[in-house]
Amino acid sequence: MQHWWFPESASSYGGNLDHMFYAILYITGVVFVVVELTLIVFLVKYRGRKDRRADYVEGNNTAEIIWTAIPAVTVILIAVFSQRLWSTIKDSDKIPADAVPVRVHVKQFEWQFTMAGPDGRLDTDDDIFRKDTLHVRVNTDYALNLESQDVIHSFFVPAFRLKQDAVPGMTTHAWFRATRTGTFEIACAELCGVGHYRMPAHLVVHDAVDFARWQASQAAPGAAAPTTTSTAETQR
Amino acid sequence: MTTATAADTAHGHAHDDRPFIRKYVFSTDHKVIAIQFLLYSMVFLTLGGLLAMAIRWQLGFPGQPMPGGQVLLGRGAPGGVIDPRFYLGLVSMHGTFMIFFAIMPLLVGAFANYLIPLKIGAPDMAFPTLNMWSFWLMIPAGVLAVLALVAEGGAPSAGWTGYAPLSNTPLYTGVSAGQVFWCLAIAVFALSSLLGSVNYITTVINLRARGMTLMRMPLSIWALFITAILAILAVPILAGAIIMLLFDQVVGTHFYLPSGGGQPLLWQHLFWFFGHPEVYILILPAMGIVSEVIANGSRKPIFGYKSMVIALCAIAFLGWLVWGHHMFQSGMNPTLGTSFMVSTILIAVPTAIKVFNWLGTMWRGNIQFHPAMLNAIAFVAMFVIGGLSGIFMAAAPVDMYIHDTYFIVAHIHYVLFGGSLFAIFAGIYFWFPKMFGRMMNERLGKVHFVLTFVFYNCVFFPMHLLGIAGQMRRIYDPNTYEFLRPLQPLNTFISISAFLLFASQLPFVWNLFHSMFRGPKAEKNPWRDNGLEWTTSSPPPHGNFETPPVVYHGPYEFSRPDMEEDFLPQNQPLPSAKGA
Repeated sequence: MQHWWFPESASSYGGNLDHMFYAILYITGVVFVVVELTLIVFLVKYRGRKDRRADYVEGNNTAEIIWTAIPAVTVILIAVFSQRLWSTIKDSDKIPADAVPVRVHVKQFEWQFTMAGPDGRLDTDDDIFRKDTLHVRVNTDYALNLESQDVIHSFFVPAFRLKQDAVPGMTTHAWFRATRTGTFEIACAELCGVGHYRMPAHLVVHDAVDFARWQASQAAPGAAAPTTTSTAETQR
Repeated sequence: MTTATAADTAHGHAHDDRPFIRKYVFSTDHKVIAIQFLLYSMVFLTLGGLLAMAIRWQLGFPGQPMPGGQVLLGRGAPGGVIDPRFYLGLVSMHGTFMIFFAIMPLLVGAFANYLIPLKIGAPDMAFPTLNMWSFWLMIPAGVLAVLALVAEGGAPSAGWTGYAPLSNTPLYTGVSAGQVFWCLAIAVFALSSLLGSVNYITTVINLRARGMTLMRMPLSIWALFITAILAILAVPILAGAIIMLLFDQVVGTHFYLPSGGGQPLLWQHLFWFFGHPEVYILILPAMGIVSEVIANGSRKPIFGYKSMVIALCAIAFLGWLVWGHHMFQSGMNPTLGTSFMVSTILIAVPTAIKVFNWLGTMWRGNIQFHPAMLNAIAFVAMFVIGGLSGIFMAAAPVDMYIHDTYFIVAHIHYVLFGGSLFAIFAGIYFWFPKMFGRMMNERLGKVHFVLTFVFYNCVFFPMHLLGIAGQMRRIYDPNTYEFLRPLQPLNTFISISAFLLFASQLPFVWNLFHSMFRGPKAEKNPWRDNGLEWTTSSPPPHGNFETPPVVYHGPYEFSRPDMEEDFLPQNQPLPSAKGA
């Protein structure tokens, strides 16, 4: 049963997003229970009987005002809280300035990741290129630049609660900070063709020591593959 | 007030010696056209349902040969196992059939056509010939849609939303003819829909009977009127967008292709600028139908008539400001996302007003549980779920996770099946006696209702869980992802429930067609309702009314304390006026 719910959160904002979900779940849950119970009570209490007659009531302005005002205030509160969280996750000026850049290049039906090497910058000689696996260090901010070579794909990391479309002809942005080590699945969430269902990739979160070791092991010559970068450029 | 002169009515009524082909085939009578739309939509509802069964087979029993699959699906299922490419065709055409060729023609083809003239006391539509064309254009549109499904090279596989560049570049899907047929089908459908809408708007404005002021109009007519206004503004956007998509495919333009300076997001903006008002086109008439049935079934005036009208208008207006909520994760500027989030979440307010007013109508009523009322009650109960689940996706950060998952699929089905389709069932049970002059079987109606209600929830409620667990939409086999594998039992349960839900429609189909010819004769006003349609014979003659009706009051005068009867048709004066 535990698998029929959220995967455990593994990103800095995943928990906040879950809280937002639960807050809405509780609010709508109360509304749901109240409305459905009222409905059931009315259906039983006012069920048709031969000896009874309905009351002639055409409405009530006070009631209308109450049930306009309460939902209005509630949804505006939800909107305000959502807006804050939304802007911390998605606003382009909220992407941490010192985040390590990653280029995510996607095509039918493959993810390609260009990761910064020890210098922390892209398009330098120590870039590390990987198909279908992205390696990151725990508790470190990463900024993703997403590019698509053909159709729209969507970069989805369920455990991070992160989803961002990659659109041909433009670069889209996202960021994350992993809070747990482990291997997490990356999926494509936007219908992208016949292989849409088979685009799993992996996101490996290392601790600092492990990450340094992994990075060092990649320093071997020929690890970088700038060819994909150039295809991405020509596509644009 | 009225332009329908007595002469018109008398003429239409003199003696009906039109030849069969003018009377039942190329008819200009709104009632015949309504029934044509009804039967037409039933065909596509069945077809769309069958496609859903094939989809559910693959998801419930991935990779296993579907019983009869090879025979039924042919090339699409070699050895009975559904092919991944064909699966996307099933998904795309299920949505296309259901939205454009089943639910929309049912609500704004069948019900708008049938109810508008009868309920406002008009002899027919303002433009009967145009009305006939609006139906007959749906025939080529439907044929093109079916051709899209079976075309050489495969069915459209970009979903019912047809996102570019997947939809406009055959290179990416291998589909070319199918997608072209799809575009043409929707373009012709758009023309039909426009002709219908012009007609509905004109008819409501010009042909209301004497005394039928706007604020005495039944809520169903208000809803259909506003829907027609939405359609006339939204459908041309779709038509334009789809013609551009067609050009991208066949004449090499680049409207949505970055390689020639186009913009893939342009398609999404145009599609959803149509698409969100379209959602309200699919739900407002349902709300109208349900309002009629609930007032009648509760034997009470509708609670807060005026606020119901205002809420309808508010939903329709806000419907234009929210299209971007489909695009929160699309790469659209996140600040723009904020404004769309606020406008979207505000729609909850008029929607809540409507739900509370329906509850208020039932409060202290004398509720009659006939099949129409049962379906209307189910509408309220289920629409609440669909409405509330909408708040999750309206909240943009939560949407980041649930976008493009089964949570969305659950939501749309709670609104379109739990909402629109239950309202359509309610409407059919309610107006069938008027349409065909015969009664449907009440017991079969209740059996159909209970089975549908139970299995419907078994199918669509667990989809929320799939979405929360992260299962993406439109994937051929979730088992390619490790984190989705534990969901297989849930998927199998949903599939089995879906097959039972489909089978549960058999009593309805039998009831519908058997009662059409063999049902007991219906009286003029079997539900003791106030609408003008119930003051004429069942079925009404060509021209609808013996004499042009005069309206004295609103449509919801049920259970007046100063009267013996618990209803008062709109063409009879109020008791106080009678005494004076």
